[in-house]
Amino acid sequence: MMIGTHACRVLEHQWVNARYKYLRLACPAPLARSTLAGQFYQLACPVSDAEKPFLRRPMSVYGIGPEEDRIEFLYHVKGMGTRALERLRRGDTLSIVGPLGRGFSFSAQWKRVLLVARGVGLATMAPLVPLAARAGVGITAVLSARSPADLMQQEFLRAAPARVHAVFDSDGSSALARVEPLVERLLAEEQPDMVYTCGSNRLLELLQAKQVRGEVALEQQMACAMGVCLSCVRLFNEGGDKVFRRVCCEGPVFPIAAVAGEVQFG
Amino acid sequence: MAEQSVNLGVRIGSLILKNPVMPASGCFAHEYAQAMDLGRLGALVTKSVTPKRRIGNPVPRVAETDAGMLNSIGIPSNGLLYYVDHIVPHYAGVPAPLVASVSADTAEEFAAACEALSLPGIAAIEANISCPNIEADGRAFAMSARDTHRAIAAIKRCARVPIWAKLTPNVADIAEIARAAEDAGADALVVANTLLGMAIDPHTRKPKLGNVMGGLSGPAIRPVIVRMVFQCARAVRIPVIGCGGIMSAEDAVEHLLAGATAVQVGTASFLDPAAMIGIIDGLVAYCERHGVARIAELTGAVRIDAGLTDRWLRLAQQSG
Repeated sequence: MMIGTHACRVLEHQWVNARYKYLRLACPAPLARSTLAGQFYQLACPVSDAEKPFLRRPMSVYGIGPEEDRIEFLYHVKGMGTRALERLRRGDTLSIVGPLGRGFSFSAQWKRVLLVARGVGLATMAPLVPLAARAGVGITAVLSARSPADLMQQEFLRAAPARVHAVFDSDGSSALARVEPLVERLLAEEQPDMVYTCGSNRLLELLQAKQVRGEVALEQQMACAMGVCLSCVRLFNEGGDKVFRRVCCEGPVFPIAAVAGEVQFG
Repeated sequence: MAEQSVNLGVRIGSLILKNPVMPASGCFAHEYAQAMDLGRLGALVTKSVTPKRRIGNPVPRVAETDAGMLNSIGIPSNGLLYYVDHIVPHYAGVPAPLVASVSADTAEEFAAACEALSLPGIAAIEANISCPNIEADGRAFAMSARDTHRAIAAIKRCARVPIWAKLTPNVADIAEIARAAEDAGADALVVANTLLGMAIDPHTRKPKLGNVMGGLSGPAIRPVIVRMVFQCARAVRIPVIGCGGIMSAEDAVEHLLAGATAVQVGTASFLDPAAMIGIIDGLVAYCERHGVARIAELTGAVRIDAGLTDRWLRLAQQSG
């Protein structure tokens, strides 16, 4: 079976800063061999007296390997599910379902890729970094975060060589009016073969307006994560038509140009 | 596999199933073939198809609750032709009977749709006369005995395959609805669907579902549905298929003991895509442990002490 339920062992689980936590799992199957950058797993966040999440939580993969049974996640401790997950200790068991979804496209023939990340969106794109580095494809990254303490540049690059442009809310450098000329300059000067983004609708809209060739990893509330329940649909432009696509199995990675505007909830 | 030692076969009218476990409509699609052998299931029940194309409800379409979830998907459907041409072929080689769930706006549309789907390859039709999302304010055919009778009778006049009536739990007297469906000719009942519910985020003051209200499913509703299976099974002679909050083999046995002949599994598959396989294996283990040779023996086998209340009252009279 291509998609399985795996009882994994927690090898490492620690804070990387005040809000983000790193999780490394040993899986009972060689999942690193079949997991692609941009794919995700459904995590059964453990029920405790304090937190009782019912549904699994979709979480994109932050690290794949190098051992064939190792999978890593990097996540923002924010809601009930991640607060429950946060309580796992080394040696505990975590049930995961996957790998799920369609990952990023990549070609070793490319010269340079541009990664534009906001917040924890950087975790979703992180598996692209070793992929590009191994293939000798140049990496340029625009990393947007609340503050330097939140940036996680080392966690993103893991010593891979890259041209990094960090921007912050704390000094105003992440404002769209300042990011836009930066992105324009990088597109013009570096001519990236592919642009990837995750974590910000504003950055997505900016890249759409520049008509870049690129891909975005999207989020949507989901239940089954396999295309069955139809809860995670979003609207896309395809061949002149507007069509619903399931983020879980037809994504979560989509062409940047295809994403249509959202109807705001509330 | 140890399945030879226990006979898991059940009969739903003219249809014989190799085991009593099948998916609940709306919670199953061919994508699950990536996670399990669909041929091991007792039957396959597809998502409701409607005569007209429907786009479904606004997102968010699901919300987590205590021990369950709310959904208001809104039955997105590409219509009958798409169903026949693009959905049915997925199951052509699968050795399990295909049950088409159908939903429609009027009794006449129901009848026409069920006639159109009376095709080779479709073993039965489940008439979804209950989904709380389709009618204004959550109302549906199966909220009234008269509307239930009218819809099922119209369907039975036109359909050439067995008809299962899927009832809603959002009623005061489910046995009355069950009898109306039986009187109209239903071949089996599916008891039941989701319970109409609502959840609000206290911080944003917004409903958690785009459609405001939605159907509650999961273990939270199991005691309510087991009670309804019990009431329906006592009220009718046709088979009852239990559907509500089954997460494990023990939960399935609970439905069988209450009077169900087979069971449907929905929400559990969202947590583990191969949950139904685990439940089938668990039923074999249960039967072996309890010396049950045929699983059909469990239907309605709840041990109720009929004289308990009388003895209790007699004893109570002796007290001060």
